[in-house]
Amino acid sequence: MIVEIGAYCLILALLLSVAQLGLSTGGRMRGSLALIGAGEGAAGAAFLAVLIAFGALMYAFVTSDFSVANVAANSHTAKPLLYKVAGVWGSHEGSMLLWCLALTGFGAAVALTGRGLPVALKAVVVASQGALGVLFLAYTVFASNPFARLLEVPVEGKSLNPLLQDPALAFHPPFLYGGYVGFSIVFSFAIAALVEGRVDAAWARWVRPWSLAAWSLLTVGITLGAFWAYYELGWGGWWFWDPVENASFMPWLIGTALLHSAVVMEKRGALPGWTVFLALAAFTFSMLGAFLVRSGALTSVHAFAVDPKRGILLLSILGIAAGTGFSLFAWRGPRLAAGGLFAPISREGALVINNLVLSAATATVLLGTLYPLIKEALTGQTLSVGTPYFNLTFAPLMALALLVLPLGPLMAWKRGDALGALQRLWWAAVLAVGAGLGVLALLKPSHGFAAIGMALGVWLIAGALTEVAERVHLGKASGQEVRRRLTGLPRGAWGTTLGHAGLGVFALGASFETAYKIEAAQALSLNQSLNVGAYELTLTDVGQVDGPNYIAERGHLTVSRAGKLACTATPERRFYPAGRQTTSEVYICPEGLSDVYLVLGERRTGTGGNPAWLVRAYWNPWARLIFLGPLFMALGGLISLSDRRLRLGAPRRATAIEAAA
Amino acid sequence: MRLVRALALVLAASLCLGAASEPSERLADPVQEARAKALFTQVRCVVCQNESIDDSQADLAADLRKIVRTEVAQGRNDRQIKAYLVARYGEFILLKPAFSWGNAALWLVPFAIIGLGGLGFLVQARKRTAARSEPELSGLDQALSAAEQEKLTRLLRGDEG
Repeated sequence: MIVEIGAYCLILALLLSVAQLGLSTGGRMRGSLALIGAGEGAAGAAFLAVLIAFGALMYAFVTSDFSVANVAANSHTAKPLLYKVAGVWGSHEGSMLLWCLALTGFGAAVALTGRGLPVALKAVVVASQGALGVLFLAYTVFASNPFARLLEVPVEGKSLNPLLQDPALAFHPPFLYGGYVGFSIVFSFAIAALVEGRVDAAWARWVRPWSLAAWSLLTVGITLGAFWAYYELGWGGWWFWDPVENASFMPWLIGTALLHSAVVMEKRGALPGWTVFLALAAFTFSMLGAFLVRSGALTSVHAFAVDPKRGILLLSILGIAAGTGFSLFAWRGPRLAAGGLFAPISREGALVINNLVLSAATATVLLGTLYPLIKEALTGQTLSVGTPYFNLTFAPLMALALLVLPLGPLMAWKRGDALGALQRLWWAAVLAVGAGLGVLALLKPSHGFAAIGMALGVWLIAGALTEVAERVHLGKASGQEVRRRLTGLPRGAWGTTLGHAGLGVFALGASFETAYKIEAAQALSLNQSLNVGAYELTLTDVGQVDGPNYIAERGHLTVSRAGKLACTATPERRFYPAGRQTTSEVYICPEGLSDVYLVLGERRTGTGGNPAWLVRAYWNPWARLIFLGPLFMALGGLISLSDRRLRLGAPRRATAIEAAA
Repeated sequence: MRLVRALALVLAASLCLGAASEPSERLADPVQEARAKALFTQVRCVVCQNESIDDSQADLAADLRKIVRTEVAQGRNDRQIKAYLVARYGEFILLKPAFSWGNAALWLVPFAIIGLGGLGFLVQARKRTAARSEPELSGLDQALSAAEQEKLTRLLRGDEG
């Protein structure tokens, strides 16, 4: 019964989205506040309907209702509750429902909270969001219905892939989808700006919080995914330049560019056309990602619920939405008034460089991802574009961006003083060059690029600190004055600092880990040892463990450094009978910022006929920074988001109050 | 959306899971072994979904590693080894596409965008500052004309409008 309510609510949501589109469009055209209000109501109701549908599917998963095809294919009675819940978005159908939930949720949020928005602009935003809702809900209802029933009900489900039964991955999709779909609001704002023929600083001020929120969620989502890959796949890698990873990375890169161009737009009124273009592009890349991941057009390590027929439908949705957006841009875009003037050397100029590099980086990732397809279509020749390509193209582009980054915030708007900014950064430059040379001289890294990466990391962190120091007049004003200024800094400034420093932390960790990673593997019998870096690992025991839905061999290893016990590790090799799959449960001994990473392999016969186990171990120095850095960045985004300026965010009202006062 | 990195792993067999460093395969000479290892990261496991033979535990990856190690041990250089692999398995096997005219678009586009974009920005900025700020700036230096002065006085007095 509850499943039927869910199916009903899903169709209802589709109809409500149609109503939302029709009412808001009609209201805008006739200038009828009643119709516009009804459209906003429909947006709220559509979200409620999808929420009920989502709850119904969750109920089916939690109660293991195997008459629902989706549950039977992705769940199992013996699965822990967390993974039953996470199973809701673990399949194609369920994840599309999550997508629709986020889409209607953001639509409802704008409809119900955007009180300060100009009425006409808001009506078009709500209508555009409704149109997107119609596309994706129609797809979900007609081509990927999560509530489809089975005629013959199986006794037991097929279970979710054991690799996915993991806390990081349980929370990964909600963040990721929040990010992807969050850009839909920005897309709708861009459409509205084009329809209304007006883009101004106020528009940018409304767009910024939404893009910040989407960007922060996406950052967390990607980081969780990378962290999961790091400890679950069992070889210590965290980024593979895989098409599916690239699909999530492209909207992030464009979103980052958008955040920065929206700042220019808000503060100086410059770059209006470009900002609107990026706002359209961010969600287009989100949809492209949805298509790439699900269509099977590209070979990926994580081919996800691949179905070419559905791929064509998703491609059509992408074509309709992006096609409309960019046609509108081509038609109305040139009329958007060009904004404030600025010299090439200025804060605007620095942000333009940021946008240029990020766009080139996105184009690189896009090209690298699609090139095998293009090449095969044109010449019939198959080829691969893998990590080495991105190391040679993406990495130098980003290095350029990181090199210029600390200068930006230190330059004035309109006309900056690059020399002056450099003078204020002299100590950061000395530190960075020193760190780079020190690494080269003392530690002899296996790759020269690591020294550059570390120098850039130090440069970014020191640069971010310099910015704060400059803002509070450190060294120029009295201690009391500095303290007063420090508490008075707007949260947006702290967000910037944290974001930029977080990027530096990431660069530091990523280059250090890549350069100094040590790997060792050996078949160990009991009480034999293996050395990895400064650590000695001894296999003391191997036992059997019965989990809720798996059986496992658990190894006990002591990890010691210079004869002192550092930790006791218990890596496992699990067998899941439901899907007949074997996985390895990695054990990570955290040593400060670094990890000793252990994997238990299969049993074999060792020397003298004793049983032995293949043990692989990695020393991943500073690996924590790789994941901490992006979390700092996301935190920076959230802190920025809580800035008073953005929360109040309605300049029209503010002037009204001033006028009254 | 990276969500299911795994389904494929399972399909292409749990054999694709895990990394390469099987102790029994290793070369005795550490210098040669390091060279072989560097090569592994550039060679695709052609039956796996999207992994280098350094990452994959598929049987074919093990075979490929053996081939690479044998070639390294026989003193062939990287270029020769790659050419040998390409002759046997096609260009698909290299994770780094060759620098060739056919792939010019792939290698040049990223840098072309930066170069052309930067140039466009500079030209545009110069043109706009020249076109719009010159009258503004030069206007600043000039004294007001009599009519302007009179209008200003009126405005300041609040007579206008």
